[in-house]
Amino acid sequence: MEIAASADVALISKVYPTRSHSGAAQGGIAAALGNEEPDSWEWHMYDTVKGGDYLPDQDAAEILAQDGPRAIYELEHMGVPFNRTADGKIAQRAFGGHTSNFGQAAIKRACHAADRSGRVILDTLYWAAVQKGLKVYSEFQLIDLILKEKQVVGLVVYELATGEVHVFHSRMVLLATGGFGKVYKTTSNCFANTGDGVYLAYRAGIPLEDMEFVQFHPTGIYGLGILISEAARGEGGILRNGCGDRFMEKYAPTIKDLAPRDMVSRAIDTEIREGRGIDGRDFVHLDLTHLGKERLAEKLSDISSFAKIYLGIDPTREPIPVQPTCHYMMGGIPTNLEGQVLDHQQQPFPGLCAAGECACLSLHGANRLGCNSLLDLVVFGRLAGKRMVQDLKHLPWSEPPRKPEERTLEKIKDLKARSRGEKAFVLRKAMRKVMMDDCSVFRVKDRLSGALTEIRRLKGEYEKVAIDDHGLCFNSDLLEAVELESLLGLAEAIIVSAMNRQESRGAHYREDYPERDDHNWLKHTLIRKTDNGPEVFYKPVTITRFQPKARAY
Amino acid sequence: MELHFKIFRFDPQVDRGPYFKHYTVAAEPEERLLDCLNRIKWEQDGTLSYRMSCGHGVCGSDGMKINGTCRLACQALVKDYQCPEVVLEPLPGFKVLKDLVVDMELFLEGIRLIRPHLLSQTHPPERERKQTPEERKRLDEVIRCILCACCTASCPVSWSNQKYVGPAALVWAFRYIFDSRDEEHQKRLQQLDHPDGVWACVNHFECTRVCPKEIPVTKSINLLKREIEKTIR
Repeated sequence: MEIAASADVALISKVYPTRSHSGAAQGGIAAALGNEEPDSWEWHMYDTVKGGDYLPDQDAAEILAQDGPRAIYELEHMGVPFNRTADGKIAQRAFGGHTSNFGQAAIKRACHAADRSGRVILDTLYWAAVQKGLKVYSEFQLIDLILKEKQVVGLVVYELATGEVHVFHSRMVLLATGGFGKVYKTTSNCFANTGDGVYLAYRAGIPLEDMEFVQFHPTGIYGLGILISEAARGEGGILRNGCGDRFMEKYAPTIKDLAPRDMVSRAIDTEIREGRGIDGRDFVHLDLTHLGKERLAEKLSDISSFAKIYLGIDPTREPIPVQPTCHYMMGGIPTNLEGQVLDHQQQPFPGLCAAGECACLSLHGANRLGCNSLLDLVVFGRLAGKRMVQDLKHLPWSEPPRKPEERTLEKIKDLKARSRGEKAFVLRKAMRKVMMDDCSVFRVKDRLSGALTEIRRLKGEYEKVAIDDHGLCFNSDLLEAVELESLLGLAEAIIVSAMNRQESRGAHYREDYPERDDHNWLKHTLIRKTDNGPEVFYKPVTITRFQPKARAY
Repeated sequence: MELHFKIFRFDPQVDRGPYFKHYTVAAEPEERLLDCLNRIKWEQDGTLSYRMSCGHGVCGSDGMKINGTCRLACQALVKDYQCPEVVLEPLPGFKVLKDLVVDMELFLEGIRLIRPHLLSQTHPPERERKQTPEERKRLDEVIRCILCACCTASCPVSWSNQKYVGPAALVWAFRYIFDSRDEEHQKRLQQLDHPDGVWACVNHFECTRVCPKEIPVTKSINLLKREIEKTIR
């Protein structure tokens, strides 16, 4: 939207834009408005840094916290229907890891619209963008980046409805392709979250940053992974184990159930491993029964309906069975504070920007706080847009290479020509299982190397994958096979990054290295695709206001 | 348990006309019909097309007609379909693009024409505009709309009158007409005060019955009618 007035902008999306996964964000968007109790952006910045286990680049955390209130007011002015306080201000509620006075007590910082905050923000921004005259290409799937002498000069895009392969010639591309939770068996992510943009950047030789940091949200609906927002605990919900104990008192004595997600997920899995799951099984209970019907209806109506629909449970009377579910990727395409993608020498990659979950600023470090991702999108998405406006003034049109779509057409032809071979779903299922079993909340060397062997075997099998649908119209069979290449490539990058980091920090917990090791590991991982397999190297963390200390809640 | 599906199939590039194809899948009672569809697609017949994304009733992609009723496949559970056959068809009243995928262009264009964004000429304050909890509460139900089109696809008026703006667009009109921050109240009402606007609705209540987000659609339309009578007539 920032550049709509100065350029011809195409919004290309594999699903109709308001069906994207930002719409599934439930709990809210953080900002130190101080509408419910005194708050300050320094506290928010501190919480972001501590929540990320001191791995966030603090210049990014500072911008996020400082610019947060402005961003919220901008959304409100655009029409986002936030809930309100009695005196008509934007209502705020407590959320995991957000505290007052540098960790003293939980604070109400999450601005929200019931438990569908993401959807109403997405709706508002989308229709505003349409209003500004952006051209929308809905159900157009990104297949390839077009590079010329290390500059991105366009995109190869597949049109679902017709099967046509289009070339978009461009001066600038902003990737906002989201996460890739579909690498894991249990995930809150949508089917579209297959990391297409992140993988294409990786394939183009851009290193990926901090890929080992994968967030498992503590409260996915048992067996399904559907998210039950942290807002449930923000409104007063309590986690209980098989003995009926409020076990988070043990792990985070000060803020208990509102500890950051990595800690709560580890606590749940520890309870389960030590036999204190419900009836000794692999889940615990999220108890909302004491919150009262009215509060659930007003503030948590979507999650109440999820519990009713999928579990047949009325959360006003019964607790909800939950287990950790893969939710968010802290890692991704490295960018600077203006969204410019950085190459392996930390230089901006001409013509290419990234924002949102697919990017890694690194703002969230080793663990993202709840309500910081929607804020990340609007704060840093805007800054990237502003930067693009500047760059467009001097970036020339560069002729794309001859037939940039050739590789894509070749791949499609290949997939359709193969009459026999493994089906994509068989490989996908095996990948998702091994990632869940061996590279999720708890990690250890031997199992990580086993997982790597398995992923590499699957990559070999992928070369022989075959599809049923040889048609042109809505051929999702073909696209799912294409997406699997991205998922497998990203799974490998996650495992290799995780094997190399010999410490425990935030969401990356190594049973063989259970302590955080600032001396050796206070640095960002970078992983780059080479002909001899992935190559890992590191870059320093930007530390400004807050020196690393022990992380207790 | 085993579930028998009878699924509408049509690929306009290949098929002379639509037909039904039968599939049988093993499924657990708590699974979603979407899980069954995925199993059919992944394990039996990759040529079957349908839309899906979030899998839990938030994105609005997988609206379809299931045993005669429009709903989301991701919100329909296997245990509620203890019947000899589950019949899946595309949303009625919409042009079929392939199998269960329909053309949503006109539907979405109808939403756009309603101007689904805040209209305000007043320069906003530095901080938020004030709105009381009661004012905000009027929007609680309508902001649940996910554009799945189940309501419009179930509306007998929409089937017979192509010009009718339809229940989904009216929900979005309500969203802004009753937002205390919007300043085009009158003009928005005038836009709907038309035989093909709110007055085309004759209270079939089908929209309300099928809405997967439990939006009181018919009631909202009637409140719009009342508001028109009260303020501009």
